[in-house]
This record gives sequence, structure tokens and C-alpha cells, in this order.
Amino acid sequence: MTEPLVTTSSQTVGPFFAIGLPWEDGPFVVPAGTPGAFHIAGRMVDGTGEPVPDALIETWQADPDGRFDHPDDPRGAVSSGFRGFGRCATDVNGRFEFLTLKPGALPGQAPHVDVSVFCRGMLRRLVTRIYFPDSDNSADPVLALVDSEFRHTLIASVAPFGYRFDICLQGQDETVFFDV
Amino acid sequence: MRLPTYRRDEESQPPVHWPDYVSNPGRAPKRPLVLMPQRLTEITGPLLGAERVGQHDNDLTVQHVGEPQGQRIVVTGRVLDGDGRPIPDTLLEIWQANASGRYHHNGDRHPAPLDPNFSGVGRCMTDAAGRYTFTTIQPGAYPWRNHHNAWRPAHIHFSLFGQAFTQRLITQMYFPGDPLFGQDPIFNSVRDPKARESMIASFDLDATVPEWALAYSWDIVLRGKNPTPLENEEDEDDD
Ligand SMILES: [Fe+2]
Repeated sequence: MTEPLVTTSSQTVGPFFAIGLPWEDGPFVVPAGTPGAFHIAGRMVDGTGEPVPDALIETWQADPDGRFDHPDDPRGAVSSGFRGFGRCATDVNGRFEFLTLKPGALPGQAPHVDVSVFCRGMLRRLVTRIYFPDSDNSADPVLALVDSEFRHTLIASVAPFGYRFDICLQGQDETVFFDV
Repeated sequence: MRLPTYRRDEESQPPVHWPDYVSNPGRAPKRPLVLMPQRLTEITGPLLGAERVGQHDNDLTVQHVGEPQGQRIVVTGRVLDGDGRPIPDTLLEIWQANASGRYHHNGDRHPAPLDPNFSGVGRCMTDAAGRYTFTTIQPGAYPWRNHHNAWRPAHIHFSLFGQAFTQRLITQMYFPGDPLFGQDPIFNSVRDPKARESMIASFDLDATVPEWALAYSWDIVLRGKNPTPLENEEDEDDD
């Protein structure tokens, strides 16, 4: 085998990505009016509890049947038209939101949404996961990797609009971030 | 399930904690990252973008009534995985300062002129061979108050999806011979010299357009796949 190529280094998204990256339909993992759709919304704060107004949050999740429209899904790609992807820049108050459907469980894993966080100050992406409080998360192998003391930071709470999920970069409630 | 997974290449990446970048210590998580073996959600990812690319999105010099100020350049290259395989049909998004070093953004207070004919935003899809091409303006350097007399080397921001959540990358492309490299904590956050240099484009005489534009070429490498799934990972996936 030939020597692998050097992976291009990550660099900060910087303070001015808002000129290019936000999409009008970014927060809509599913179109407005989709039956059963709800919001996952929250706030992102830094180590002093101040809102982070210049972050980009992205989500990736399975469809309600737990499937991905992707050729590397060994169960076969599905063409349900489900985008599965969301992108939302935080506002001046650090708030973000996505309109989506609940992902189905995956083989051996509880329903979850993968999250990427990019912001000024970070040189690389932070990865976390959103789990749902009304699912059985007890046998999930990724939650099992997390110290039980911090597991709650990955579980959204029920809210009138759907689910609330806050992201704390530091502090007592620092969100658990993963190295994938 | 036998899942293809993606190789780690930690050497080539900047650290989570890098205090020379003064807004890093207040934002970088304090607890260590939790190592997560890749599963279905991480080895799949959004395959989208073609429907988002408009006619002039890969030519930042024709997006307005008039032509922008500055040196016209072509930036071209390939998107590859770590094994040199081209990544076709993947969305690239770029944004940059204008020739004077000013972003078309309200928050940019650098007292350099805005250019009404330059937004500094581009998009394109790679072709079947993983190639991309943008036409744009050479971005200016800009000051940014990180430390006394701090200036960012000229750069273009790039965002890429690749084919999996794990391959997602946001980075910056730099220009060869920039005298500002030495004092820039963002460029220097990448400690491996080979990786650092791979963020610098090459001047490409063959790609220049005579009587029209200079050219730079820059290949972008996203994480490559592991040859075979590790046995213990496979066991976990079968839980
Ligand atoms: Fe920049």
C-alpha cells in the first residue's frame, strides 16, 4: 500500500462565515408542515455562561425508520427523500433551532442525532450527540462510553415545541464532546 | 454489520486547546473528548449540494453589475480521500475577504473599503474526477487584534462535506510565500510541518488564463477509509 496522503488540517470557521454558510432552508431537516415534525432548539453558551452568537451547528440523523439515504448503509440506501441534514447559525442570543422528525433506532443504538459545532475560537469541529428523553437509552453503546455523571448533557428535554438541547462549551454543565 | 470506517489522522489536525488564539481558552471544552468508534451515523453523511449551486456561484468576479477590484485569480484542484481516491459530486463552499482585506459582513470593522461588486461567497460541486475550479479575487490580509499588530495571512475559507459525517471539514487555503505566516497563531496551530504546508496552494502557471488571471492549485484531502473494519468494532456493532 502506498503512503496515505496527509489529511488537510481543520482551521477555524472564523467570525464571518455568516456571509456564506447559512442556508435559508438550513434549519429545515424536513419542510415546514411535515406531519409529525417538531423543533429541536437550544442555546449555546461559553465558559462564562455568555451566549455564543457566532457558531454554526449542523445535524445529521437517520429517518424515522432508522435508515440513511447513503450507499455505505449496509442495509441498502433508501430514497425516502429525507434530507437528514440540518444547518443553523446561532443568533445574537446563542439560539439555534431545527425542524425535524424523530430518527428511528439504529441496530444496537438508541435514536440519536449527530451534531457538529463550529465557532470562532475553535480550530476544529466539536462533535456531540442528541438523545431523546422519551426513548429507551439504557443499552446505547455510545452513551455507555460516557461517565454517568455527564450523560445528562446529551439527553434533550421535552419542550412545548418539541425538544430542548443546550450546548455548553465549558462549565458545570459542559456538554460531552466526542472524538470520532 | 461490517462497516467501512475512517482513519484517524490526529497528527495533521490542530489541537482543541490553543491559547495563542486568544478566543480559544474561553470556548474550548475543558474535559477530554470521549473517543467514539464510528458507527452508521458517522460513516454516512449528507450527499447534497448540486441543487444549491447557481450559475455564477463558482465565479466570484461576475456576481454583480460591475467587476470587483483586485487581482483576478483561478483557484483549482481536486478533492481526494486519504488514499488518493477522488471524491466526486461533493459540495464546496468558500468565503473570503475582498482585495482590501474586508469581509462583506456587518461585524467586520476593519477600515478598509468594501467593494460593491464583491460578496466573497462561492459554491461548486466537484466533477467526476473530484476537480473543482473557482474564479475569484486575491484576498487581502487583515488585522484582527489577537495580539499586538496581528494580521491574518491572506486566505480563502473552504467548507467540504465529503461522503460521510466523519469527513466533514472546514479549513482555510493560504497563498505561497506569505510573510505573515510566522506570526499567525491559526496557521501555526497545526504543529506538523507537512500538514501545515499542505494548507498552502501552489502557483500554477499552466492553469493561468493568459491576458486574464493568475492561478493557484490546491488539493484538499479528506480522511481515508480503514482497509477493513477492526474486529472489536465489528463486535460492538453487532450488539
Ligand atoms: Fe478569514
